[in-house]
Amino acid sequence: MNAIILTAIWGVVMMFSGVFVKSKSVPKYLAILGIAIAFIANGIELNSGNSWFTINVHGMLATNSFNLTFIAIALGSTLIYFLLSAADVERTGKHVGEYFALIFFVLCGVSLCATYKTLLMLFIGIEIMSIPLYILTGSDKRNLRSNEAALKYFLMGCFSTGIMLMGIAFIYGGTPNASFFIDNIQAGTGKMPVMIAIGMLLLMVSMSFKVSAAPFHFWTPDVYDGAPTVFTSFMSTIVKVAGFFAFVRLFESAFGTMHLQWQKLIIIITIATLLIGNVTAVFQQSVKRMLAYSSIAQAGFMLLALFALNDKAREGLLLYSAGYSLATVGIFAVLIKMEDYTIDGFKGLAKQQPVLALTATVFLLSLTGIPLTIGFQSKFYMLMAAVENGSNFWVVIVAVLFAAISAYYYFRVIQAMYFKEPTQETLLVSNISTPFKIMLVIVAVLIIAFGIYPEFIIGWKYH
Amino acid sequence: MDIKAYIALSLTLFTIGIIGVLVRRNAIIIFMCVELMLNAVNLLLLAFSKMHAMSPAAKALPTYASDAQIFVFFIMVVAAAEVSVGLAIIVLLYRNTHSVDVNFLNRLKN
Repeated sequence: MNAIILTAIWGVVMMFSGVFVKSKSVPKYLAILGIAIAFIANGIELNSGNSWFTINVHGMLATNSFNLTFIAIALGSTLIYFLLSAADVERTGKHVGEYFALIFFVLCGVSLCATYKTLLMLFIGIEIMSIPLYILTGSDKRNLRSNEAALKYFLMGCFSTGIMLMGIAFIYGGTPNASFFIDNIQAGTGKMPVMIAIGMLLLMVSMSFKVSAAPFHFWTPDVYDGAPTVFTSFMSTIVKVAGFFAFVRLFESAFGTMHLQWQKLIIIITIATLLIGNVTAVFQQSVKRMLAYSSIAQAGFMLLALFALNDKAREGLLLYSAGYSLATVGIFAVLIKMEDYTIDGFKGLAKQQPVLALTATVFLLSLTGIPLTIGFQSKFYMLMAAVENGSNFWVVIVAVLFAAISAYYYFRVIQAMYFKEPTQETLLVSNISTPFKIMLVIVAVLIIAFGIYPEFIIGWKYH
Repeated sequence: MDIKAYIALSLTLFTIGIIGVLVRRNAIIIFMCVELMLNAVNLLLLAFSKMHAMSPAAKALPTYASDAQIFVFFIMVVAAAEVSVGLAIIVLLYRNTHSVDVNFLNRLKN
């Protein structure tokens, strides 16, 4: 509960900071302070089990160590994102305070998505998460690409919301005890009632839209490419992972007993997502667009949690959230500094900026899933969950094959950085400050440390 | 009236909305079609609420199955928030391109 309330309050604080404070760099420090407070407050709640705020929510929100661990991962990734990229948020436009305010509102939505117990709160959480993002996507107002991305994102988002609401209405009609609580929907292991089956299908479609799983992924590359790069970094990591968390919690609590009836659909979505994400990423010249497709590909791996739906899958989901967010936030922070977003723009980076090149290599290796990084551990847990699931072993083999394909396009960037000569004099837009380099090194060290001791993250789940 | 009639009506409205989103090319009309989808859901939720309230289980509780009606208010509020953001984005686009036709939006493809 701490995280929900503090992020909402701090969003308002940030909004006023834009009005009353003339200095341009104050909002940045305020935002870092706010996210640090929220992260620590959430940590205290996770550690002691007591919230600072006692509010009667009538069971609509529930916190347990699993949810709180996820919120801690989301807030921690945002903290790192702020420390790395807050200066670039300032560069996007004039309304610095408002950008941070919107990010805090998104975090409030993320916390709701992690703790919801009713379909109403799921709907509210997803909307609080998406509406500020439409604004952030279009925040580069004079740039036509940004406008286009915002409109596309907005129309697709509204469309999928409509589908989700129709699903919720059907589920409400289908449950005999007329309730929106996700624990009351369980209809046993028998044949699914028609109305619940329709509702579940519509919910599956709309949630696939939100997490950009194929065949509902088509908006993702355009939106991620068109949005200002700092905000792409945020929405392709923390927001996407929160969508997954909501997806898994919904299908686990509401339709868990009917798992075998919808598992085949999830297999189709998983394989399609892995195929489209990985194969299309191979042909991209722009690294930003390649990362957009790679986020689709990583979504395919996260979908394995829904395919397996066991205890290992929950652990894997936490690890994957942390690993994917850390590595992607890091690689985007490097990408923002580049003059040219194509792979040619990365040529010879190792000679000019050895620290940037080295840390970027660690992030890319983690995304590929090379041992000693958290990316390996998260992929390992996901695959182990899928094996423990017992049936459909071939899905695991297909997933491993696609992970091998993904090495090609990640390694292409590494190869450009280390083994090619630079094409132009200056590769970077601005000078790299020492604190930024130190922060990058810290993130890289975290990735390797969590890769060696994944229990540090998973352990909190059983705290 | 039978619940099936309400389901049919609301699904018809919903389908008109979906077809509109997929077929029309004017951003404002697409947007109106999305609103139509949301309102179809509102209608269905109210119909289901009434259906549950008339069931035998509801005899003891006067407020039985009223949460769907609360849900409708939430949908309306969120739809209003979406409208304000959406229209702002469309105005932004109009300023830059002097058109609200989504066919113009193909710069990101190449």
